[in-house]
Amino acid sequence: MAEAQTPVAGAATSGDPVIELVDAGKTYRSGSLEFEALRGIDLRIEAGDYVAVVGPSGSGKSTIMNILGCLDVLSRGRYRLGGQDVEDLDEVELARIRNRRIGFVFQQFNLLPSLSALHNVELPMVYAGVARPERVRRAREALERVGLGERLRNRPGELSGGQQQRVAVARAIVTEPTIVLADEPTGNLDSVATRDILTLFDELHDAGRTIVLITHEADVAAHAERTIQVRDGRVLEADAADPMVGRAGAR
Amino acid sequence: MTWLETLHTAWTAVHTHTMRSILTALGVLIGIAAVILTVGLGLGTQQNVTAQIDALGSNLLIVSPGSSTSTSGVRGGFGTGSTLTLADAEALQSKVNAPDVKAVAPQKSTELSLTAGQENWTTSVVGVTPSWLAVRGRSLSEGSFITAKQNADQADVVVLGTQTAEELFGTTRVVGQQVTISGQSLEVVGVLASAGSNSSSNLDDMAVVPISTAASQIIGGTNQDSVSSVYVEATSQSTLSAADQETTNLLLNLHGIATSTDADFTVSSQDSLVSTATAVYRTLTVLLTGIAALSLIVGGIGVMNIMLVSVTERTKEIGLRKALGAPPSAIRWQFLVEAAILGLSGGILGAALGIGSALALPGVIGSPIVVSAPAVAGSIAVAVAVGLVFGVYPVARAARLAPIDALRSE
Repeated sequence: MAEAQTPVAGAATSGDPVIELVDAGKTYRSGSLEFEALRGIDLRIEAGDYVAVVGPSGSGKSTIMNILGCLDVLSRGRYRLGGQDVEDLDEVELARIRNRRIGFVFQQFNLLPSLSALHNVELPMVYAGVARPERVRRAREALERVGLGERLRNRPGELSGGQQQRVAVARAIVTEPTIVLADEPTGNLDSVATRDILTLFDELHDAGRTIVLITHEADVAAHAERTIQVRDGRVLEADAADPMVGRAGAR
Repeated sequence: MTWLETLHTAWTAVHTHTMRSILTALGVLIGIAAVILTVGLGLGTQQNVTAQIDALGSNLLIVSPGSSTSTSGVRGGFGTGSTLTLADAEALQSKVNAPDVKAVAPQKSTELSLTAGQENWTTSVVGVTPSWLAVRGRSLSEGSFITAKQNADQADVVVLGTQTAEELFGTTRVVGQQVTISGQSLEVVGVLASAGSNSSSNLDDMAVVPISTAASQIIGGTNQDSVSSVYVEATSQSTLSAADQETTNLLLNLHGIATSTDADFTVSSQDSLVSTATAVYRTLTVLLTGIAALSLIVGGIGVMNIMLVSVTERTKEIGLRKALGAPPSAIRWQFLVEAAILGLSGGILGAALGIGSALALPGVIGSPIVVSAPAVAGSIAVAVAVGLVFGVYPVARAARLAPIDALRSE
């Protein structure tokens, strides 16, 4: 086991973070109005990290999520994802990065209602050009992994909220992405389903996945190893108890 | 994303909104059916006209007395003068003066009453020479035609059309019977094979007599040599205009007229009839096809409208697909194929409706409709093209959507 974990540990200590934001700024323009959503953020997330980004609405945490997910690009600063600069990539290249490196979990689940659970999970692999038998095999495995091996053929409308979100998690991990980005994943769930999903994230973390969780709920954030507070487009303070932050700050 | 998957995704989208898709395709459907029907109607009429004119005899020129371009009061109107004579017809048979003329058939005709026993029947009585049969492309079903000897002897013989024979005798087996025209008793020697009717006359209702008999005993008149028209057969289709020239020049010469604008006769060809008729029908077809094309454009706008609704309605889906890694091209293809499916189904159903109507309608409207394979294939292709062309704008909008904006929309 110790041997198997060495590469992850090595990656962390070699100073090669999975996500690195340097003086990241984002300004939205609407006519003559300008709104500075991010005012210079520095952020490092290592492989295997489980990070919660917390802050009130309008603090810029959604913007961070969009930037990290390559759904939006920075106005200034630098964003490196898995050692690759994401600035100046065109739409097609950004689409490829979203496809290969990022798994999204949304508050609204965002499953396609006309497709079965299995087909929903297959979708990212369709765009990756994975052959159909391989796709079905991996989608089935991912659904079994989140405990929905019996509901492959069900459409989202026939599943509970918690089950739908588990399908979404299966879809997020099926491509073996570099990071899993979850935006208020429990915002639409009751307490039982919330515990379910958070337990699932804990398991994924234990299995070595890098998870970034965006939330405004403290008890949800508590599941993460590390919490990053965001307010008014700036990182307020880091959780001093977290050893990762200590290391990142030392550098 | 493979083609099959793109097709499947697009089909699912069309299929989930069955009613809406059908109504959208309906616009294209009507347009395509209209195009197939109008083109078919135009083709059918054209074939009909060509067939009718072919039935008159091909490579044919018709020389009529009088001028249709009369500018002074002296000359008679078209077809009324007696300026054309048997001598003119004979002169045209000269291989030296008119080498491209194969045969000449002068004729003298009028409407007269025929009597056989108690039966009376008024029909067109035509005085002809033996060459008439070949020049007019006719044949006999009974007996024999007028011979050169009978013509020379002013023999009292007559050849009847099938309808005329039926009206007078109730049968077409009438060879040897007697018919009285203008008090002159004539023996029936033959019956013409049926040739149907063209737009101007019934080819099966006529009585054919030797032109000499007609001139001297039946029709008479002040100038027994005058003829009402001369049919001139050219040696082939390609020599028709040469034959036309030779005929005109020879007759101008014979009549001592210097310029063709002063001619006291008119030479017209079947070709000119065909081209006039064809031109008329072509104009009509173009007009109708234009209207049909307009309805196709309206159908196309319907497709565009529905595609815009479809894109707006699925903004969130587009955002999600982009977030999951769909490049703009995949989104573009998905919606383009969807638009093409709408166009294609409209096209195929429209073609089916068009072909069905083309089979059913002629019985009702009495005009033949010819369904041509190129027209059907072409209009289905047009239908798909309509879907694609009118899909371009909505599709471009879908592909341009920013993933975050699309995801946020409700």
